[in-house]
Amino acid sequence: MTRLTTEEIRIGVIGAVVVALVALLPFFDNGFYLSLTVNIMLYAALCTAWTLFSGPTHYVSLATAAFFGIGTYAVGLGIDHLPFPVLVGVGAVAAALLAGIVGAATLRISGVYFVVFTLGLAELVRQLVSWSQSKFTGRMGLYVFTDIREMHILWMLLALTVVVFLTGWLINRSRLGFAMEIIGNDETVAKHSGIDTARAKILLFMISGAFIGIAGAIMAPRYAYIQPPSAFNPMISFLVVIMALLGGTKRLWGPLVGVIPFTILMDIVSSRFPNHTYIVMGIAFLAIVYLLPNGVTGRLEQLRERLRHRQPKPEAVSEEKPA
Amino acid sequence: MTILVTGILLGGTYALIAMGLTLQYGVARIMNLANGETFVAACFIAFWLFTAYHINPLLGLLVIAPLAFVVNGAIYWFLLKPLVDRAKNRGQLEVDSILATFGLLFLLQGLMILGFGGAYFSYTFLAERFVILGSAYGLNRVVAFAVAAIIAAALYVYLFHTRQGTAVRAVAVDPTSANLVAIDVARTAMIAFALGGALTACGGALLSTFYTFNASMGVVFTMKALIIVIMGGVGDVRGAVIAAMVLGITETAVATLIDPGLTLAATYALFILVLMVRPQGIFGRQQS
Repeated sequence: MTRLTTEEIRIGVIGAVVVALVALLPFFDNGFYLSLTVNIMLYAALCTAWTLFSGPTHYVSLATAAFFGIGTYAVGLGIDHLPFPVLVGVGAVAAALLAGIVGAATLRISGVYFVVFTLGLAELVRQLVSWSQSKFTGRMGLYVFTDIREMHILWMLLALTVVVFLTGWLINRSRLGFAMEIIGNDETVAKHSGIDTARAKILLFMISGAFIGIAGAIMAPRYAYIQPPSAFNPMISFLVVIMALLGGTKRLWGPLVGVIPFTILMDIVSSRFPNHTYIVMGIAFLAIVYLLPNGVTGRLEQLRERLRHRQPKPEAVSEEKPA
Repeated sequence: MTILVTGILLGGTYALIAMGLTLQYGVARIMNLANGETFVAACFIAFWLFTAYHINPLLGLLVIAPLAFVVNGAIYWFLLKPLVDRAKNRGQLEVDSILATFGLLFLLQGLMILGFGGAYFSYTFLAERFVILGSAYGLNRVVAFAVAAIIAAALYVYLFHTRQGTAVRAVAVDPTSANLVAIDVARTAMIAFALGGALTACGGALLSTFYTFNASMGVVFTMKALIIVIMGGVGDVRGAVIAAMVLGITETAVATLIDPGLTLAATYALFILVLMVRPQGIFGRQQS
């Protein structure tokens, strides 16, 4: 599995064309569509990074907001002292460290504990940040003034998404990716074949967390004024889960299928019916569980399989979670 | 001393919601993340009964508990049981039920926000002094604790001294074996889930007598209940009661001694400690 297959080359070319098209967008529109595209790119990066870990392991991580907020705060705290790229790195490292600690505490035991723990993680970090801010600095928010504009943010997010994809692709070809596939299928088997399952999961969680931290750091200049409740907004975690699962997490590009329509939908809902956001999210969760257990891409693959019904199956797609 | 008593009084309410969750997760095998919404809904119903009809919240329990029983039973039977039947293994059921109850959480929370807005509500009930060991406490807190204790005792009798309660405990230990000794597992699981909802609702109605509540605080209580359940050992009612007291005291201590903004941090510290030292819970047995 070392050489590129024709399909991989084809996906690569299509991807490059899409990236080029998105990168050119700021030259045509600087208003609504640019801002919407930044949102879509943000969630594309977040969901892909989330899927990096949660796709193969089936652990539902709700820690996204915590990593994201840490990245944002890394920039907010250091913007007067250090150059922006360094701070992005700091955000990544800080988020990865947090992921390592959380992973070490929870990934050795059952998946439910992990969900429960990550559910409150963003709130915990938020409380700690607000407390230390009011205790040591005496003010609640941080100002971030840079010359980074909306289009730079778009380009950075685009680059981040590409890097996440490349990383995911490299991981899939590596020993770690192979180990994750076995763990996802049957953890007991993985343990018996000599895989240090906890180590593999923690490592992957840290990689995923670092990327989310970077996304948070990139977004900091857009907020201009950073406060704990907005940086550690738990909604980010839930939206990422919905979008990724809606698209499907079996393929790394699956979440994109969910990100684009759902970001647009949430944009419409939050501007026209702000009181109905929760209801929409609730219905989305229920729809995923009852109608699309493998996401849109999973459903499409299912249909394709059915069309090929009479032909002999070409090397079966790994069926981890049949509907 | 004041901290200890306040903590224990608070722990009484926590114990009810945690017992509810531990029944739902331990017996019906559903990690119900929408449990906090049942809790908040009960707060609002108690508030509504009291302000609109002058019905004493303690009498209101007679309405709220059966209502929660029926609603939760229906949720289990129509929404969650299909997931139980569909799941090929425990792991998949866990993921599915977590996502489905998240859906319920947001749906219910959204409906309550639509109905009541984001404002905080409270009402005055038995706001009198009550002296324990030389310090004064709110009478409503003491009454809430007493009622919680009575409900907990009734649950204990039900689980350990009735035939149906024994069946519930049998399903908690092993659903497959329970099936072999002619226990209707699906029905027992539904009863346990419904009962869990009723207990949670009682906790909510009692809490509303001395606490300001709003439509979006359900998640916080779900978190607390989850931590208590894990601390006490999944499916273990006695463990849940003790863990609830520990949590109540810790929270009160941190809020009074350090900073009220750090209660969740304290809860988490406890949680991490438990996960590191005794992931099977205080009374839990080591799992193979």
